[in-house]
Amino acid sequence: MSDHSERRSPGQRLRALIVDDEAAIRRFLRSVLVAEAFDVEEASDIAGALKLAAGLRFDLAVLDLGLPDGNGADLIAPMRAAGAPAVIVLSALDDEPRKVAALDAGADDFVSKPFGVAEFMARVRAALRHRVQMQGGPPVYNDGRLSVDLARRIVTVAGVDPRLTPREYSLLHELILHEGKVLTHRHLLTRAWDGSDADVQALRVHIRHLRQKIEPRPDQPSHVLTEPGVGYRFVRTEE
Amino acid sequence: MPESAERRPSPDALLEQAKAESRGKLKIYLGAAPGVGKTFEMLSDSRKRRLEGADVVAGVIETHGRSETAALIEGLEIVPKRQVGTAGRALVEMDLDALLARKPEIALVDELAHTNVEGSRHPKRWMDVDELLAAGIDVWSTLNVQHIESLNDVVARITRVRVRETVPDAVLERADEIELIDLTPDELIERLKQGKVYAPDQAQRALRHYFAPGNLSALRELAMRRAADTIDEQVRGHRKAQGEDAPWAAGERLLVCIDEREASAEVVRHAKRQADRSKAPWMAVHVETARSARLTEPERMRLSENLRLAERLGAETATLPGDAVAETLLAYARDQNVTQIIVGKAKRSIVFEAIFGSVVRQLIDRSGSIPVEVIPETSERSAKALFPLSAAWPALTSRGVAEALAMTIVATLVAWPLDVWLGVSNLTLVYLASVLVSALTRGLWAGLITGIASALAFNWFYTEPRYTFTVADPDNVLAILAFSGAAFVVSILAGRARQQTLAARTEAKTSRELFGLSRQLTSAKSEDEAAESLARYVARAFDVECVVLARVGFSDLRLAGASAEKLELSEADMAAARWTSEKGEPTGRGADTLPGARWLFLPLRTSRLVAGVVGVARANPLSPGERRRLAAMGDQTATALERAHVAQALEESRIETEAERLRGTMLASLSHDLRTPIAGILGAASSLRAYGDRHDPPTRDGLLASIEDEAARMQRYVEKLLDMTRLDAGSIEAHLEPLDPSDVLAAVASRAGALAEDRKIRLDVEADLPMVRADAALLDQALFNLVENALAHAASGEIVVGATRSRSGVAFTVADEGQGIAPGDEVRIFERFARAASSGVNGTGLGLAIVRGFASLMGAQVSARNRNDRSGAVFTIAFPAESLA
Repeated sequence: MSDHSERRSPGQRLRALIVDDEAAIRRFLRSVLVAEAFDVEEASDIAGALKLAAGLRFDLAVLDLGLPDGNGADLIAPMRAAGAPAVIVLSALDDEPRKVAALDAGADDFVSKPFGVAEFMARVRAALRHRVQMQGGPPVYNDGRLSVDLARRIVTVAGVDPRLTPREYSLLHELILHEGKVLTHRHLLTRAWDGSDADVQALRVHIRHLRQKIEPRPDQPSHVLTEPGVGYRFVRTEE
Repeated sequence: MPESAERRPSPDALLEQAKAESRGKLKIYLGAAPGVGKTFEMLSDSRKRRLEGADVVAGVIETHGRSETAALIEGLEIVPKRQVGTAGRALVEMDLDALLARKPEIALVDELAHTNVEGSRHPKRWMDVDELLAAGIDVWSTLNVQHIESLNDVVARITRVRVRETVPDAVLERADEIELIDLTPDELIERLKQGKVYAPDQAQRALRHYFAPGNLSALRELAMRRAADTIDEQVRGHRKAQGEDAPWAAGERLLVCIDEREASAEVVRHAKRQADRSKAPWMAVHVETARSARLTEPERMRLSENLRLAERLGAETATLPGDAVAETLLAYARDQNVTQIIVGKAKRSIVFEAIFGSVVRQLIDRSGSIPVEVIPETSERSAKALFPLSAAWPALTSRGVAEALAMTIVATLVAWPLDVWLGVSNLTLVYLASVLVSALTRGLWAGLITGIASALAFNWFYTEPRYTFTVADPDNVLAILAFSGAAFVVSILAGRARQQTLAARTEAKTSRELFGLSRQLTSAKSEDEAAESLARYVARAFDVECVVLARVGFSDLRLAGASAEKLELSEADMAAARWTSEKGEPTGRGADTLPGARWLFLPLRTSRLVAGVVGVARANPLSPGERRRLAAMGDQTATALERAHVAQALEESRIETEAERLRGTMLASLSHDLRTPIAGILGAASSLRAYGDRHDPPTRDGLLASIEDEAARMQRYVEKLLDMTRLDAGSIEAHLEPLDPSDVLAAVASRAGALAEDRKIRLDVEADLPMVRADAALLDQALFNLVENALAHAASGEIVVGATRSRSGVAFTVADEGQGIAPGDEVRIFERFARAASSGVNGTGLGLAIVRGFASLMGAQVSARNRNDRSGAVFTIAFPAESLA
């Protein structure tokens, strides 16, 4: 279950920071992360978190957005300055604007309360894996059916070139580069669109075309998933 | 009008008005959001004005591709746009110079907040508009509330969208008219969905962000508030110009004399300009003489129109009773320290002036040190009656003739015994007395008839030869002639005196009525109250049945006030009333339209619109005088109605926003207070399941305890929600029974002990307290909620739960050692979802609301205050003396 630790030299444990004002949530997150061999620190508010971040380097930060002394997203910038932790934010299910704001501010992913261990750890792993990937060269994605060579810009679906337009390709490229991680509309618009200020509506159209070309069943997408009100996420499918 | 002496118009306010008058008028169509129909409304209005013959030209119109709007442009003259900017990046803007050169009466300039392309004369469109106004062109423009500078921040906070194009508030304040284009959020959203505002894909996005219903309600409230402010401002400015609350201004004072002729309006305007130039306060007066009573209805209307014009232009107005115009005017002028008198001079023949005299000449002759300015009049169009005295004499009735003849008979009977002692010629004195009495009590006609009858009677009974109409003695011929002459003069003088008395009496009555009504109207809080006041006053003043209809929307009317309970209007009556409301003209009995109806409807006009209609019905129709008094009352009521209408709309919008806010907080509370414990439970359970074997025993125990605690917390929240719902539904009944306060408190303390963990809860119960009649369960829960609240809000320190004898009953108290309550929050915290803003504590926001609800069910009162002895709050549930058993 703890694949991330295998890439580290043994004995070098990952350190996580949990910031949430609810004691019950902290207790449960701690139990999970300790079981996953993290060193865990806790804070119940922004002030406490800043104090901890000043003294320690963290590999993972789990931030609640609604803290008594402010928005947890405000912690992202100072945490990034102190180290480069993967950041998961905890938010209410229907609080899209704050989710999007946190993601745009640099959070890797979000989990909507209430959530279970499996969902949480999946997000944590994706975020940590992404951190590692960013340090290596562009990988090749291949799940047997869909194969994308990000370095040579070659895409095949079941061995056939799906003939993606440049825009569709750059969308797919960006999504696969952040495999498993949610990308906000704005992120996709600015990164895959050469900064041109196109509409979210246009983005939807291109995603639809992309799905038609690469998804086995475009009406029930299994690769390019919609995060309602937030953005899109690319998911690996295993045969 | 004695009090007018103290009210001097402020020169500054007049100056402001004067500036506004030579300038063009600015009318702004104000809307809460894009798409409410400002441009549409402006174009429809302009179409109306064009049909009336006004010269309307559009400088710029933005249709935003809306077809309804585009259809209205048809036939409208539009000044072609001008290319601005450097070559290559040419952009188009409104052609200001072409518009100025074209100089239309009204220029339509859409989107007041627009920012001009670089290279234009002014950076902002409102500056272009300013220039148009300065050139004397009236401008109609449109504006959304988010573009108003002072509201920019507020709107940005509401919508999270900041607008960069703003218009200074001063521009709005200088507008002569602001029309609020109002559309309810639901209607606007409906329009959006139908694609009438944006293209469908944009509309979807807009609906989720800027046009969210909550945003729209808030924006709408802002727009209404701004419009209401401006109306207030204008009323205040108007008042000030009329001299209320204005300081005494020494120096120049102008007095203009007004009469019923059309040319008087010109004189008024001249006086206004004169007053502006010398920055002097001015007065407009009309002298009411016997002649005034004989004016025809159109003449009266014009007279009050002239007076109203003067009032609008900032004059203090007065109507002076008197018998000679010049003398009355001069006496008033001296009394008021007037420095200049302005009168108009009608074109009249020298012969006419020789016979009837000239008021102007008399004024100049007797004015002494006060200069008199005479304005030659040119536009006397209405044909004047040749012989002014014949205009409108009091009606001659058969009863009047009979009474006049009866007076003659009385005089003859009185003279009969005197005949023995007095000379025949002296008997004429008796007859003269009867003529005088007749003319004084019954008017001019009666006097003249008595005079003629007396002359004949005297001739028949007392001149030799008696009992014939022949006169033998030349002395007697002279006596009869002298008598006739004297009787004629006496009749005219006495008749005039009587007219003046009557006029003064009516005037006084009208003033009393108006004063009383205006007092009632100022205290009226709603349209209906204002309407009721008017209906009651009119019914009493004219002895009529009276209805007042207020306007609903653009054309409909509703019955807002009636003089009697069971007054009903037929469909035909309503149609007539609607006609009056739409056209702003009277209908019904005695009016030009539908004169056969039972009701007479008059419009209630303000300077901006017809606010409603007043209807009166009586067996015999209203006299012209009564109609004028009614119109004066109507004018006052119209303003009150408009004020009430705006206030009401504002209140409704406020209530709507409040309800929306409560729903919002309710949802936020539900989502937070239910989700948080669920998140804890779900997380702990899934952790146990996934890593059960890897957790050490303390961790496992901790997770299990978490599940227990969070489930209990959720249970408490659900209980509170249920309590609140039951309270709302009114399904809780208090079963009152005598309870021992110390028992009650002991139970609460032990139950709360589990919640308190290591915090100390101390009991402090006064000895020998009487039993209190209360519901055991409700009181227990209320006190428990108070303890729970204290634990949540005071992070440390002990909680003291107690009961004491209060002034007359028993008070239960819960005191903590926390921060205490923010000043001013003592009552608010008992409202549902009202969490203490600063505390950062996540309560449900329901606990205290439930305490209040339960307490009131048991007849007890809740209150909260800060402790006197140390920091901390005390919450009290006080039972009155009646609750003691």
